[in-house]
Amino acid sequence: MSLANNTGGADQTVVLPGPGARERLGRAAPYLSVPLLALVALVLILAQGSSVPTWVTLTVAGLAMGVMLFIMASGLTLVFGLMDVLNFGHGAFITVGAYVGVTVLIWLGSAFAADNVWLNLLAIVPAIAAAMAVAGLGGWFFERSVVAPVYGAHLKQILVTMGALIVTEQLLLAIWGPERIPINRPDALSGAFLVGDAAIERYRVYATVLGLAIFGAMAYVLRRTRVGLLVRAGVENGEMVQAMGYRVRVLFAGVFIVGSALAALGGVMWALYDEVITVHIGQNLMIMVFIVVIIGGLGSVEGCLVGALLVGLMTNYTGFLTPTLSLGSTILLMVVVLMWRPQGLIAVNKGH
Amino acid sequence: MSETALLSLEGVHTHIGRYHILQGVDLVVPRGGVTVLLGRNGAGKTTTMRTIMGLWQASAGQIHFDGRPIESLPTPEIAKAGIAFVPENMGIFAGLTVKENMVLAARGGRFDQARLDWILTLFPALRRFWALSAGNLSGGQKQMLAIARAVIEPRRLLLIDEPSKGLAPAIVGALTQAFSELIADGETTILLVEQNLHMAQCLGRSVAVMDEGRIVHAGMMADLAADRDLQGRLLGLSLEPTP
Amino acid sequence: MIRWLLSGDVPRQPVLVVVLAAILIGLAFTPFIFPGTRTVDTAARICVFIVLVASYDLLLGYTGIVSFAHTMFFGLGAYGVAIASRNLGAGWDSILIGTAAGTVSAVALALLIGLFSLRVRAIFFAMVTLAVASAFLILVSQLFAITGGEDGLNYRVPQMLTPAFNLGDFLGQRVDGRMIGYYLVFTVALALFLVLLRIVNSPFGRVLQAIRENDFRAEAIGYRTVFYRTAATCLSAGFAALAGALLAVWLRYTGPDTFLSLDIMIDILLMVVIGGMGTMYGAAIGATLFILAETYLRGVMGWAAEATGAIPVLTDLVHPDRWLLWLGLLFILSVYFFPSGIVGRLRLRRHER
Repeated sequence: MSLANNTGGADQTVVLPGPGARERLGRAAPYLSVPLLALVALVLILAQGSSVPTWVTLTVAGLAMGVMLFIMASGLTLVFGLMDVLNFGHGAFITVGAYVGVTVLIWLGSAFAADNVWLNLLAIVPAIAAAMAVAGLGGWFFERSVVAPVYGAHLKQILVTMGALIVTEQLLLAIWGPERIPINRPDALSGAFLVGDAAIERYRVYATVLGLAIFGAMAYVLRRTRVGLLVRAGVENGEMVQAMGYRVRVLFAGVFIVGSALAALGGVMWALYDEVITVHIGQNLMIMVFIVVIIGGLGSVEGCLVGALLVGLMTNYTGFLTPTLSLGSTILLMVVVLMWRPQGLIAVNKGH
Repeated sequence: MSETALLSLEGVHTHIGRYHILQGVDLVVPRGGVTVLLGRNGAGKTTTMRTIMGLWQASAGQIHFDGRPIESLPTPEIAKAGIAFVPENMGIFAGLTVKENMVLAARGGRFDQARLDWILTLFPALRRFWALSAGNLSGGQKQMLAIARAVIEPRRLLLIDEPSKGLAPAIVGALTQAFSELIADGETTILLVEQNLHMAQCLGRSVAVMDEGRIVHAGMMADLAADRDLQGRLLGLSLEPTP
Repeated sequence: MIRWLLSGDVPRQPVLVVVLAAILIGLAFTPFIFPGTRTVDTAARICVFIVLVASYDLLLGYTGIVSFAHTMFFGLGAYGVAIASRNLGAGWDSILIGTAAGTVSAVALALLIGLFSLRVRAIFFAMVTLAVASAFLILVSQLFAITGGEDGLNYRVPQMLTPAFNLGDFLGQRVDGRMIGYYLVFTVALALFLVLLRIVNSPFGRVLQAIRENDFRAEAIGYRTVFYRTAATCLSAGFAALAGALLAVWLRYTGPDTFLSLDIMIDILLMVVIGGMGTMYGAAIGATLFILAETYLRGVMGWAAEATGAIPVLTDLVHPDRWLLWLGLLFILSVYFFPSGIVGRLRLRRHER
């Protein structure tokens, strides 16, 4: 017997519930904060006496830094959202990626230094692949041996992963030595485009494009594929996904490996951005990465992107306007965001 | 162990942290029909369900499903063995659409169209909100989605924890009828934890009563319904005669 | 009498008692048993770090709060003394003023951070403290005029504490300003440690432990967990600042690398975990072990590195600069296998007998 008639009465669903205007604004607000920040910065920069091209340069720099931070942070936020695991050693993968990548680039020295974009790519692609492979392998090992024994114990996770970070750094020091390793960008990736009066660094543009492409790929996988569906469901309620017959542990390991590989990619990109690497880059960047992840909301990839762009822009704008307070202002940003939304800009709806 | 028992628990103990919740549960769920698990709040009913499902590890005792021991299997294996779980909080994924929720529940992501149609006829609201986010559904609709997810693939045992909680009487009536239809084919058995005694009485063929981590009574629902004294002693209230 | 001094927290396990007694006696008589500038300096650092790590244990071990801002409070105490001594001239009054200023600002900052933690989850809190501590480090490095920037500040201390001040000999050792200074550090550190012991064994301390075990339950019983957590944070910060002031007086130098770096924060973590969280005595053992290792193990490793000179990777791994690698591994193993540290392990053995 059909129940079509029975569900009408007490169900208050005569009107199809759709998001009201207020709710829509609430959801769009985090995304709008990025152009808003840019606009505020424009006003401040002009007020300070500089010109629009300065703003353009800073904005592009901020966006490039932002997408690199996003790439590094996306793994961390997914791992936390999905597995409830705090990996304080995430920075280790950034450093490892940078070191492996740079080493490969130095080996393929001639191709890398050549004046031909295609030859450069011939060096860069293997470098990135090697970095991501090593980090991915390291991630698998890390997840199995370091993280798995302490699932569910946050305090222990923080301690062990920090310990692993220290050990990794020391191992890198033992293998590569304590000196900074410089790496020069080839001509094809250096220099700047001139748009009007603004000089826009070529590398930053490429980095931004790559970063947004990766975000697009991640968004596609998450929204359109079965694996992505599992990840999204798992972030909300891992238990229920298991109760539906899926081996979530395998999914966890997979996400952890991908996250580590992405961190490594970020490391290589950062190495080329800074043109020098030290054993501490992972550790130093981790603070920014944490801020990004907190602002964005643990578990949300979109939030991570917004957070990263905000942090990138903020750092560059304040680096120009008030250099001493640069990190301080980023922390202030974090405080402000948390006051507004304690769970981060785009919080994940935890079902359990 | 009787051949008509689909699920049996023998001497099951469960500890959560320092708390000894299940203190030797002996339960038999016969094949077919609905077995109702009654008891006060805190008696251990939800813990029993979660232990069967493997979400909490039993510290002692055995659980057999269709002759097979499942007490040390991980949850996904238990699900694949043919047990579906509808928890108290429904466990639907609010950020996913109704369709996506159902896709996850379907084996290989593919629907048996005839079965899906049957389910959507049972719960028309789901058809209406197919492409919308499950978080927008009302309480009753979420419950329907949770059940729909549990049955899109034929299962031999459904563990359902307090489905009527917080729902309006008319919805409860609709659910009761839906459950009747689900078990009509005789292939599906339901273990139902329910505080709504009317619903329990309507659906239940066998009944077990829990108190303080143990089963204190097991038998046929008809017998319990007829014995006012027993009801008073076990539950402190009485079951109303079936209308 | 000893029970009263130790606030009832008497270590009963025999090995533990022996070890602690050895540490106490060793530290009390270092200038006589192990004379020499380097050993006395090591002993002074051990005294200071025992207090620093014990104050961190109050927060981590007893209250269950993870914070990475501890070095910031340590630095505030030190810079208080440094800036005061630099600007007001050497003297007891500048030391006292500096210590007071440093401690008060540490407690105030801790209060601010504590109140902020109301709105965010514990994990966020940990990350936030990391960010704040880093920002503080950068700020101090940049405010060159006040803090001496990366180079830090050198200043003078009261005449009584300088080597020039000589009271003659005693038991074969020169009683000069350095020895007086050492005993000042030792006495104050001992006093601070005993006070901490008193705090964690008081009703207040027991509430902290209840909150650590299950804050939900503690709240349900009626304790305002927010108040207790904030109080613990402030107390922890205050003691850290006092430890900082002590070390600042001893070293006659304050700088970001010595007081504020993340490495020191990590060292503190290692000390408290290896020694044993939530035991106070663990802090004493952990700090002693760590600093002795830092000073003397490296010598051993240097010898080992030379011995394995021919084998490429191995020699790099045992190189004295890599001592942190081994301690890091020990740390990880401690978290897995002895989560209650050395003290916990010893106490467990006692119960198993």
